[in-house]
Amino acid sequence: MSTETLSGTDLTRQTASALASAIADGMVSAVEVTQAHLDRIGDVDGAVHAFLHVSADSALDQARTVDGARSAGRQLASPLAGVPLALKDIVVQQGSPATAGSAILRGWMPPYHATVTRRLLDAGVVILGKTNLDEFAMGSSTENSAYGPSLNPWDLGRIPGGSGGGSAAALAAYEAPLAIGTDTGGSIRQPAALTGTVGAKPTYGGVSRYGVIALASSLDQVGPCARTVLDTALLHEVIAGHDPRDSTSINAPVPRVVDAVRRGVADGVRGMKIGVVKQLGGKGYQAGVLESFDAAVASLIEAGAEIVEVSCPNFEYALAAYYLILPSECSSNLARFDAMRYGLRVDDIATGAEPVSAEAVMSATRDAGFGAEVKRRVILGTYALSAGYYDAYYGSALKVRTLIRQDFEKAYAAADVLISPASPVTAFALGEKVDDPMAMYLNDLATIPGSLAGIPAMSVPCGIASDTSLPVGLQVMAPALGEERMYQVAAAFEADYVRRFGGIVADGAPELAVAR
Amino acid sequence: MVHLAQLARIDLTTDELDLYVGQLSVILDSVASVSAVTTANPGVEPTTHAAGLTNVYRPDVLVPGLSREAALAGAPATQDGRFRVPQILGEQE
Amino acid sequence: MAPELMDYDEAIERFDPVMGLEVHVELGTVTKMFCGCATDFGAPPNTQVCPVCLALPGAMPTVNERAVEYAIRIGLALNCKIADWCRFARKNYFYPDMPKNYQISQYDEPIAYDGYLDVDVDGETVRVAIERAHMEEDTGKSLHVGGSTGRIAGAEYSLLDYNRAGVPLVEIVTKPIFGTKAAAPAVAKAYVGALRDLLLSLGVSDVRMDQGSLRCDANLSLTPAGNPVMGTRTETKNVNSLRSVERAVRYEITRQAARLAGGGTIKQETRHFDEATGTTTAGRSKETSEDYRYFPEPDLVPLAPDAAWVESIRAALPELPWVRRSRLQVEWGLTDLEMRDLLAADAVDLVAATVAAGAPPAEARSWWSAYLGQKANAASVSLAELSITPAQLARVIALVADGSLNAKIARQVIDGVLAGEGDPDEVVAARGLAVVSDDSALQYAVDEALRAAPEVAEKIRSGKVQAVGAVVGAVMKATKGQADAGRVRTLVLKALGVDAHTGPNWP
Repeated sequence: MSTETLSGTDLTRQTASALASAIADGMVSAVEVTQAHLDRIGDVDGAVHAFLHVSADSALDQARTVDGARSAGRQLASPLAGVPLALKDIVVQQGSPATAGSAILRGWMPPYHATVTRRLLDAGVVILGKTNLDEFAMGSSTENSAYGPSLNPWDLGRIPGGSGGGSAAALAAYEAPLAIGTDTGGSIRQPAALTGTVGAKPTYGGVSRYGVIALASSLDQVGPCARTVLDTALLHEVIAGHDPRDSTSINAPVPRVVDAVRRGVADGVRGMKIGVVKQLGGKGYQAGVLESFDAAVASLIEAGAEIVEVSCPNFEYALAAYYLILPSECSSNLARFDAMRYGLRVDDIATGAEPVSAEAVMSATRDAGFGAEVKRRVILGTYALSAGYYDAYYGSALKVRTLIRQDFEKAYAAADVLISPASPVTAFALGEKVDDPMAMYLNDLATIPGSLAGIPAMSVPCGIASDTSLPVGLQVMAPALGEERMYQVAAAFEADYVRRFGGIVADGAPELAVAR
Repeated sequence: MVHLAQLARIDLTTDELDLYVGQLSVILDSVASVSAVTTANPGVEPTTHAAGLTNVYRPDVLVPGLSREAALAGAPATQDGRFRVPQILGEQE
Repeated sequence: MAPELMDYDEAIERFDPVMGLEVHVELGTVTKMFCGCATDFGAPPNTQVCPVCLALPGAMPTVNERAVEYAIRIGLALNCKIADWCRFARKNYFYPDMPKNYQISQYDEPIAYDGYLDVDVDGETVRVAIERAHMEEDTGKSLHVGGSTGRIAGAEYSLLDYNRAGVPLVEIVTKPIFGTKAAAPAVAKAYVGALRDLLLSLGVSDVRMDQGSLRCDANLSLTPAGNPVMGTRTETKNVNSLRSVERAVRYEITRQAARLAGGGTIKQETRHFDEATGTTTAGRSKETSEDYRYFPEPDLVPLAPDAAWVESIRAALPELPWVRRSRLQVEWGLTDLEMRDLLAADAVDLVAATVAAGAPPAEARSWWSAYLGQKANAASVSLAELSITPAQLARVIALVADGSLNAKIARQVIDGVLAGEGDPDEVVAARGLAVVSDDSALQYAVDEALRAAPEVAEKIRSGKVQAVGAVVGAVMKATKGQADAGRVRTLVLKALGVDAHTGPNWP
């Protein structure tokens, strides 16, 4: 989009890259862009509930700093300087409350920045506020948030996916052009799929986890979200890179994903081998999702890609392994929420003759402060790690993880990238699965194998399901550190989609009623 | 279940205990397949780290930490520059 | 109610003690194990903390390379194998002084394993087998307020200081120590003492037991004499001095023996040593059994110490205490017994420092073990606690050697130094103790003495050199003992034209 057309248009409908160049060229100020998004949040967030906290003052301050630098003739800090962003409320930002969607952290003010937060601020990205999520990122709908669910801008009776439903909903509701998500088993990709937006989970270790409230340390990964592949890639380059504060961070050059996007737009997918994973489809997948996916495959063939079917037999056990590894690690990671140093403390316990003890306060606080899903997983993880069960559960799950990695290795010997639906279903209704943990867990069927293997994977919108009229996401997975080819394929697919349908999927979302 | 709840320091109500016993047994049944698949694939090494890194060290150099005020700012209770907590049971007679 | 105790000799006759010693040493790194906070002892509470050691949400650990190096150094000095691949694990249990509610430790993959330490127990060398040395982090400190005793159970609330949380620890665990019989308490003390000396020489810790930078837990069980079945063990904590190690083991032997002999059983439990009474008391029994749910720490990556690194650490190991002791024994020309006496008196380092300050070894050893030994005994302090430094003693010895002092006055000078009157030279000046060493003054006294006894002078001149003693005595008397007798003799012989070297040995 050229900058000439920007004035007079709704700034919130622009892409991040268009806003960034308009700001850099002086066509619009960062403050104007920020204010437009704050206004939009004021207009629609009452209905969408994407945000848990809006930092209007600090956002405008950050925008003013960018404008000041520009008017002083200084080089802008990054290609995204002055562009607003929604930060998932599991990434800490000094001076802004952090809850992780849990009552146990209500009111906690972090005294430090996550590395990702620092990189964003250093890049001149304007942080609008903190977005809603399932409590400690445990869930696929945001219904596990202690602060109420976020709603899907495509249909306010439906959920936006989870755990990063708030970030995805903020993008789909045009409250922000950029967002940060975290993905442990699909928490970036599944909400992206359900809201018609783009979300990428980088290679494990590609983005620092320092300052990101841990769910399952060996799986958690921070990633960029936006409405277009290019915007996602621009954000990816801002947040990625080695961090000495995260021992699991990869010490290697950041993949040149923006160049890869440009290559994808220019060169397409001609000659690339794209693998379709036999096990990620069929049973358990909604007809409209499969239909949309098949159409995507057809368009890739048309664009010159070679499609190969690959088989990953151990993916069958991925969900089981995941639901042992995650609870085990989270039972330990969440032990620090104990009412001693920060957060909620429940100490008005009727204990009879017994004086109140630290132990009693811990147990009462954790019962009151954690929601049902968190308690369920903490108990499950405590069980899976306990003496006598470790080998059968946690130990075995780690071996399944190896088998899944081996499946991926074989598949990548046959294909450059792998594709699948990002979610087996489109956005489901509020309350539909909330009482059935197993049904909820199945939402991550397609995304969990990539999480266990630590490979990069992203969801790019591939159309609207004919049976629900809701967006469908295409998952593109690449080998570890293979982000460039992942983005290239996603960008090529998106460009092709825009050519055929005249715009990106997110543009088709219904207008939201403005509450003014 | 009561023992697990104690280990996890969560004071579950009887209703919660009943609910979780049922739900956990369903979950455990469905995750038990991992045990079978590893038995069928002997010699497979566990993967604890997707990253596959080793020897990541930090030099023994001071890094500024938090001021005491910042350290204590989020605490439910403090006294004399320390975190104040209910009496600790456990050890001692 | 105090438990019954069995007479120690009877206990040893009926039971064989089996010990296991766990020593925690706080490493003397600048920063903590997993974050860049300072490790200084005694800082105001919660001033050496950060998001990592306070376990704030989102914070992550990073491994202090020097702590790993120190752990390897300790492992090598204990003759251990160094793991070529190992990991940290999480030990999960809730306790308010441990912010994460798990401790990052090493579980089944310690950095060092299978070593030994030879310790000297009353002249016998006992080899203590080392099971493992592994890295972990310390906890914070809690202050219990409101109870009558200040103990946890009586407290109404606790105050937490996390300055110590995350300070690097190495835990050194012995294999079960069998067959020590009556010497068990002495072996325990000697082991911890030898380990302390070793750690000090390695420069990895200040090993201050009084400040908790070296802490010992003593596991003890009794086996009926001649019965190979292991007994149930107790773990005694809070053993904070070498003497306490010995007392705690001895106490547990007599307590367990009495209990077993009376038909009772030993409960596997943690006990606390009370310095004041010299007894151990049971800890509160836990409501739930311990289940630490160890699993590999996912926030850290495995350690695979490079062989070249390990070898460079080995090559840079300082001289180990036992090697140094043998070297010094040879250098100082001491018999085994003399060396052992020095060791027993904790005088080796003092003698070595005195020698380093220029004193001949024989003189240095003699002063420390004889005169200063008496002084220390009289004051009931250790030699090191006497207020005289090796350098000061070396100066006194030098003054004797150059004739400025004789032995008797030297003792007075030392008395002055011990009394806080300053350096030897200041004492000499202040007390007017300078030996008459001015040859012209001495010469006058010598001439006077010879004039007073011409017949003696004639005897000496005619070859009866041993007669010189009478003249020297007269000079010493005239100078009130402040002359150097050797110098006087030389002057007398010179005055009479006799070659001193042809005479018989003095005196």
